[in-house]
Formats: sequence, structure tokens, C-alpha cells
Amino acid sequence: MKVLVPVKRVIDYNVKVRVKPDQTGVDLANVKMSMNPFDEIGTEEAVRLKEKGVASEVVVVSIGPAQAQETLRTALAMGADRGILIQTDADLEPLAVAKLLKAVIAEEQPGVVVMGKQAIDGDNNAVGQMLAALLDWPQATFASKIEISGQTAQVTREVDGGLQTLSVALPAVITADLRLNEPRYASLPNIMKAKKKPIDIKSTADYGVDVANRLTVLKVAEPPKRQGGAKVADVAELVSKLKNEAGVL
Amino acid sequence: MAVLVIADHDGAAVRETTGKTVAAAKLISGDVDVLVLGASVAGAAASAAKLAGVRKVLTAESPALGQGLAEAVTDLVVSLAGGYEAILTPATSAGKNFAPRIAAKLDVAQITDVIEVVDAKTFVRPIYAGNALETVKSSDAKLVVTVRATAFKGVGEGGSAPVEAVSVPGAGGPAAQFVSEEVVKSDRPELAGAKIVVSGGRALGSAEEFHSVIEPLADKLGAAVGASRAAVDAGYAPNDYQVGQTGKVVAPDLYVAVGISGAIQHLAGMKDSKIIVAINKDADAPIFQVADYGLVADYKAAVPELMAELTRIGK
Ligand SMILES: Cc1cc2nc3c(=O)[nH]c(=O)nc-3n(C[C@H](O)[C@H](O)[C@H](O)COP(=O)(O)OP(=O)(O)OC[C@H]3O[C@@H](n4cnc5c(N)ncnc54)[C@H](O)[C@@H]3O)c2cc1C
Ligand SMILES: Nc1ncnc2c1ncn2[C@@H]1O[C@H](COP(=O)(O)O)[C@@H](O)[C@H]1O
Repeated sequence: MKVLVPVKRVIDYNVKVRVKPDQTGVDLANVKMSMNPFDEIGTEEAVRLKEKGVASEVVVVSIGPAQAQETLRTALAMGADRGILIQTDADLEPLAVAKLLKAVIAEEQPGVVVMGKQAIDGDNNAVGQMLAALLDWPQATFASKIEISGQTAQVTREVDGGLQTLSVALPAVITADLRLNEPRYASLPNIMKAKKKPIDIKSTADYGVDVANRLTVLKVAEPPKRQGGAKVADVAELVSKLKNEAGVL
Repeated sequence: MAVLVIADHDGAAVRETTGKTVAAAKLISGDVDVLVLGASVAGAAASAAKLAGVRKVLTAESPALGQGLAEAVTDLVVSLAGGYEAILTPATSAGKNFAPRIAAKLDVAQITDVIEVVDAKTFVRPIYAGNALETVKSSDAKLVVTVRATAFKGVGEGGSAPVEAVSVPGAGGPAAQFVSEEVVKSDRPELAGAKIVVSGGRALGSAEEFHSVIEPLADKLGAAVGASRAAVDAGYAPNDYQVGQTGKVVAPDLYVAVGISGAIQHLAGMKDSKIIVAINKDADAPIFQVADYGLVADYKAAVPELMAELTRIGK
């Protein structure tokens, strides 16, 4: 069975994000970029499925600028077999990304799609669910455990209140939450090997789908700054202030 | 045209998030209907009918809806969508699960985690873990929106809307099957709507310590319990305690962070709290930059002292 893993190149989670003074977006010039952390988890899971003999091939796909090849190389170094880059400088919305992924899936015919629950730039948490809808496949989001046997995946999901376990007939879309696994670091030999693995470069036009954005960004602003930083000397002062100054006790 | 709000409820009654989402919906249209779906929803529907300003309450019952399966919820909502210009639901884990599926079926964008309704087509939402706020205007004929409930004030009661059952369509395609559920039962307030939250971080070091330090403090304050990702990953606290960018977003009157460093991903989930207290032994921990009252101390000494002081003032 083939596993497809969509991976996005995003600002590294450790970077302090700055809004551009003209309020048109955030400043991405000379900023460290990395694979979306949830997509590392998705890639790790797919590679483990291959190591267990459940998956035969792991294909990673990214939609983004030329540099997203680096993101694909990272996934290849973790153990994915080949990559597809749909190269575009446009900032596509989740619906357009889902439509492109659907077109890739029509060609690749994977048995399962494992992807991140959320990209930490737009924080949309939407592509997986949208892709499942467009394909008319079942979905299992926010997975903390995946067990595949035959044509079924049993997925434990992190939900409000606790955990829910679903059984989904494959093919299906599964999105990863933080507790699914701990992604490996690629070893130097594997990074070298990854350089020789194939990456197919496509354009959005190759897929003939409508990728027009539906939302116009009018403004990107900095959030109001919180006035913090005051310290108290001891517990007695803390309680007194909470009671008398803040009035929350 | 009208707006449909998909209610968040526990079977017996709607949660506060629903009234807050109705408030957001009222900023789009005067005609707001509330859809209460689940296995058995009479109680929740009755409480939805009391929300001020609701035109009509729709109920839909089936086992699959009760299990919150996204496929069933989507089939139902899509069957109702014709009559609405916008579909809103709180950004709970359930809402985040089904809303994008509904949007894709309707071939429209989903607008995630809205914190402000500028006008019927224009919304503000946080991006990059709340480090930026984006204002977006939709060109879609229909809107699907998840609402960050903490950003809105609920509509309150006083309504008496009619309740009407709608028919549940048969499954439109392959769907997930429910296997089981492990729900943590607790007498504490729910994290998302609590007035006070006490959260513990990696500093706690073990589930036992989390249990014996954080929980009694929360109970003394009548608070809900939260945690950082590090505490959840290490197994000190259950997953649904996680507060942050990719966990729950809370905005209580009082947030007490114990042994939490204040990573940007954690701040994303709590920095709109009214009063923030941080207890951390590292004076340079970033949590202190957002704290109204920072106490540089070892929690092992500070929390017992705090318990004693609270007792002394009659808590
Ligand atoms: C994709 C992604 C998503 C994430 N989502 C979230 C999220 O939703 N929520 C979240 O919380 N995190 C999230 N994180 C993780 C986040 O980056 C931090 O790693 C995490 O919040 C750290 O948790 P912590 O503060 O408990 O641990 P640490 O950063 O290790 O901090 C522990 C603190 O305890 C203090 N301490 C130690 N001993 C004591 C003592 N005896 N008394 C008092 N203080 C003490 C230390 O000084 C330190 O400041 C996410 C990360 C990624 C990559
Ligand atoms: N441009 C992209 N290229 C590849 N995968 C993507 C892209 N955008 C989103 N995804 C996938 O969709 C998931 C959810 O993203 P989002 O809905 O944007 O929060 C991510 O974790 C990725 O797996």
C-alpha cells in the first residue's frame, strides 16, 4: 500500500514572528523555515508504517515555492521514497491545496493519506478534512494512535473531553496530532541518500483545478500588547493583590 | 439571509460557547437559527430555545450524530445549507473536525477561529499562534466559520424560540465507524469556559506530583485544570488539558501558570486571560512578560504557602 504525506514549508516554530509595518503580512525575509511540525509527525508515521511492512511506498508532496524542495528532502531523509513539488509562489488557501492534493491522489492512488492536523503559519486546521470531503473518503482527525490491518485503520483521536477511537475503511484521510509519535532526526547517511531520491516538479496548471483564493486579506496587524511584567515579593502579597487589586478571589 | 449556528452541547444543555457563537452570528444577520444535533437532544434544544434572539431551533437525532462523526454531521448540515448565508460553529475539537468538511462540500473557504466580525463578509482571525491578526473578506456566496468563543460575550437568556425537528439524511458515502470513547469525568468546571484556570507545566515532573499539587490548588479556587504541552506529552495530564496554539484556548478571569516557561505556543492559548499569575523559579522565564503577578519561587514551597494563605482568607 502506498502512503501519501502532504508536507508544508512554514516559518520555524522557534522564530519570533514579526508583522510588516505596512500591514500586508508577516516578514518572511531571511527567516528560518522548516517543515511544519505536524507534517514531520505525519512523515514519521508513514515511514514507521513502511518499516512495519504495512506500507510499500511513502510519497511526500508539497505545494509551495522552489525552496519547498528542501522540505521534501527533509522528508526523504527521514525515510520517504520520493517527492512531488507543485511549485507556486502563491499563498494558496486550504480549499485550493485540498483540490490539488485530490488531483495528485487521482494519479497516485494511495491507500491512505497521513498528514498534519494544522499548519502553524495560517493555523487553519482544514486541509485534511477538506481533502476527505472532496474525495468522499472517511476522515480521522487529530490522531494520537493509528493501527492499520488489512483495509481498515483504527485511529485514536484527541478530542475535547478525552479520546475517541474510530475505525475507518481505507482509503481514508488521517491527520496527526502532537502525541502520535516523536519524529526522528535524519542521520547524515540518510541525508546523503535523500539527495539521490527523485522529486518530480509540477506546476498548479498541470492539474487543471481552480486554485483561486476565496478570501482577500485586507490587513495583517499586530495583536494588542499585554501589559505584564510585574512581580510580587511573596505569596502573601500575591493573595492580597488578587483579592484587593484584581478582585478575582 | 439567515445564519445557522451549530450548537455545542452536552445533551442536557447547550454550552456557553453556543451563546457566544450566536452573538457572533447576530453580527452577520438578525435571523439566527440554532441546530442542535446528537443522539438525544431534547434538553439541549430546550436550553438553546431560551437563548436571546434565536429565531428557531432545529433538532436532528441519530446515533452517528451522537458520536460526532464528521461525515454524518456534514451530510446533515449540507442538506440544510440552502437556507443560510453563513454557518457558524464554535472552534471546539468537534467543530474543527466537521466544519472544513462542510465547507469543502459546499465549495467554499472555511474561516477558522474568528475573533471579530467586522461585517457580514469580513472577519478577524489570529494566525502564527496569535502573533498576527489577519482581517479577511470572503468572496464566497456562503460562509463557513468557526468561532473562537472566548472572544465574544454570550447573548444570554430570555428567548423562547420554536423547536422543530429536521430529518436526518442517509449516509452520503463511506464514513468512519465509532469504536469507543474514553471521556475523563470530572466535577471541575470545563476548561474552555472556566472563570479560573490553574495550569501545570513540565516542572511538575510526574503525574503524581501534578495530581497532588495542581489539582488541590484548582479545587480550592473552584478552577479548571490545564497543562502545557510538555506536561501532556510526558503523561502528567490528559491530552484535553493542553492549553495553547494547538490545544484549547482559554480566557478566564484568573489564569495561574505553575512551572510553565511561557513558550509562544502556550501563550497563544491563554494570553487573553484577564489576570495572569505565574509561579516559576526562573526570573527570566518568558511567562513573566505576560503575567500581571509574577512570583519567582520554587512551586514546591510556593503552592503549599498559597494553599495556606487561601485558607486563611476563607477560601
Ligand atoms: C507544533 C507545536 C505545537 C505546540 N503546541 C503547544 C500548545 O498548544 N500548548 C503548549 O503549552 N505548548 C505547545 N507547544 C510546545 C511549546 O513550544 C513548549 O515546548 C511547551 O509549552 C513547554 O512546556 P513547559 O512550559 O511546561 O515546559 P518548559 O519550557 O520546560 O518549562 C518548564 C518551566 O518550569 C520552571 N521550573 C522548573 N522547576 C521549577 C520549580 N521547582 N518551581 C517553579 N518553576 C520551575 C522552569 O524554570 C521552566 O520555565 C507546541 C510546540 C510545537 C512545536
Ligand atoms: N501548501 C501545502 N503543501 C502541502 N501540504 C499542505 C500545504 N498546506 C497544508 N498542507 C497539509 O495540510 C495540513 C493542514 O494544514 P492547514 O489546514 O493549512 O492548517 C498540513 O499539516 C499539511 O499536511
